[in-house]
Amino acid sequence: MSPTVPLSELAHARSGDKGNHANIGVIACDQTAFEHLGRALTAERVAEYFAALAPSAVVRYELPGIRAYNFVLFDVLGGGASRSLRIDSQGKTLAVTLLKLPIPAP
Amino acid sequence: MPVIRIGNAAGFWGDSLAAPRRMVESTRLDYLTLEYLAELTMSILAHQRAKNNAAGYVTDFPLVLKDLAPALARQSWLRIVTNAGGVNPQACAAAAGLVLTDAGLGDVRIGIVEGDELLYEPDIHNVRSGRLQPAARETFAHLDTGEPIDAIRDRIVAANAYLGAGGIVESLSQGARIVITGRVADASLTVGPAVFEHGWSFDDLDRLAQASVAGHLIECGAQVTGGMFSGWTPDVRLADIGYPVAEIDSDGAVVITKPEGSGGQVTIGTVSEQLVYEIGDPAHYLTPDVDVDFTGVHLADDGPDRVRVSGARGHGVPERLKVSIAYDDGWMADGTLVIAGPQALLKARACADVVLERARSAARMPARTNAEYLGAGECVPGIRPLADDPPEVVLRLSAHDPSREAVERFVRELVPLVTSGPPGVTGYAGARPKPRRVLAYWPTTIARERIETHVTVLPATDWIPH
Repeated sequence: MSPTVPLSELAHARSGDKGNHANIGVIACDQTAFEHLGRALTAERVAEYFAALAPSAVVRYELPGIRAYNFVLFDVLGGGASRSLRIDSQGKTLAVTLLKLPIPAP
Repeated sequence: MPVIRIGNAAGFWGDSLAAPRRMVESTRLDYLTLEYLAELTMSILAHQRAKNNAAGYVTDFPLVLKDLAPALARQSWLRIVTNAGGVNPQACAAAAGLVLTDAGLGDVRIGIVEGDELLYEPDIHNVRSGRLQPAARETFAHLDTGEPIDAIRDRIVAANAYLGAGGIVESLSQGARIVITGRVADASLTVGPAVFEHGWSFDDLDRLAQASVAGHLIECGAQVTGGMFSGWTPDVRLADIGYPVAEIDSDGAVVITKPEGSGGQVTIGTVSEQLVYEIGDPAHYLTPDVDVDFTGVHLADDGPDRVRVSGARGHGVPERLKVSIAYDDGWMADGTLVIAGPQALLKARACADVVLERARSAARMPARTNAEYLGAGECVPGIRPLADDPPEVVLRLSAHDPSREAVERFVRELVPLVTSGPPGVTGYAGARPKPRRVLAYWPTTIARERIETHVTVLPATDWIPH
């Protein structure tokens, strides 16, 4: 097993909702971390981590100007702000949850 | 390059009532924006209008305006742009007109921007009978699923297109110091003043893009000045957190900052987190004004609590405008109990089972139910195993059903557990959980040419109904 670090060592993040979808913006601390996360923090990895929320798709977009990735998690909010039965109906805590994800150390 | 300073002191309905006055009294602003409308706020307002045709706007706004009156009197240059009009900008202007007249500011001009409402002659006494305008060739299919609207057509409560900055610019050019809109894209509250002050054309897409990014960054208030920041540390003062200011020059150069001496922080970190907040494809951040490309946006330090934003590009103007429709989708309720350890999680599960079993045996199980064990690690469910033996757990039960009675009876069964459940159950001092109507969200689009924006600008006194 190669050593891992929590994502929070390499990046910070913010999450929110759009209807029944959520997005998590992950901002790398520096260029090295941005490139490392480009390989280690794939859409597949994020989809697997949040598998319990049964996303219909996870798409990763890049914002190279601020060294960030934007993950859009489709259909993960249990109906969205209007009809979700969850306390976090707007996915506000998805970001801090993702920051605990173990990432192979760079 | 002339620079205008636009401050935003409300990020949603319910934001700090004290922030707007504190902001205009602690820093020089040319414009104060107040952004109140989340996706579903319009449908809540539509319900209020259904009961009372003088309601349906954000009632915080007249309170805030009263608080701002002394500053408006002293700062002759200051203007306010807000979407507080909700589904009833006229009634909002009437309330604002009364406040200003009482404050001796009856000649201040108030403009309203309308045209976002798509319900066809809604019966204001029974908004459920509202029908979508018979816009030929518009299907209003669900933006994500493509589902036709027929499934919910007779349950529509509110339907509003997102307007752009044009109506705001027109109001300002007619001398409005207060501009009250209905559903306008959040970023357009900032784009409007920038276009008006700098005399930009709506073809000037890169400048519109920069102003839209500025608007996006300040629209959620303190979320860009240190609120919600994942780099939070306890030493950053949040009690007097400064609300954000966007400085926009005539070339579209943007700096995000906050009032000097206020709490919070503006750093590349806080600004980048807000840049990615609630976005989809960053190459196409769509507003009615411009299709903005965020991918080249660059942030740079510009001194303490100042961050320079550059590189946004405008790639055309969307042909279709976003429409948000809310429809009646039954009833929901939730209730909580606190269960103290030992065996807090086990006991909480037993409490949930009791409620579910009672509903089942009475053949009154709501269509959807959910049990959460908060404190055991279930804010995002299923990511990791729940904590084995947390000292205490909040059991939260929620239910959704077409019938109000079904959800009410379900959550009521939590209460008796204080005396008839396992030991260590408390936290039920408040009122009974109250069922609330579910107004579900149906995103769709409409062709831009079918939307007509109307602007009316009058002195404050003239808005007061006679």
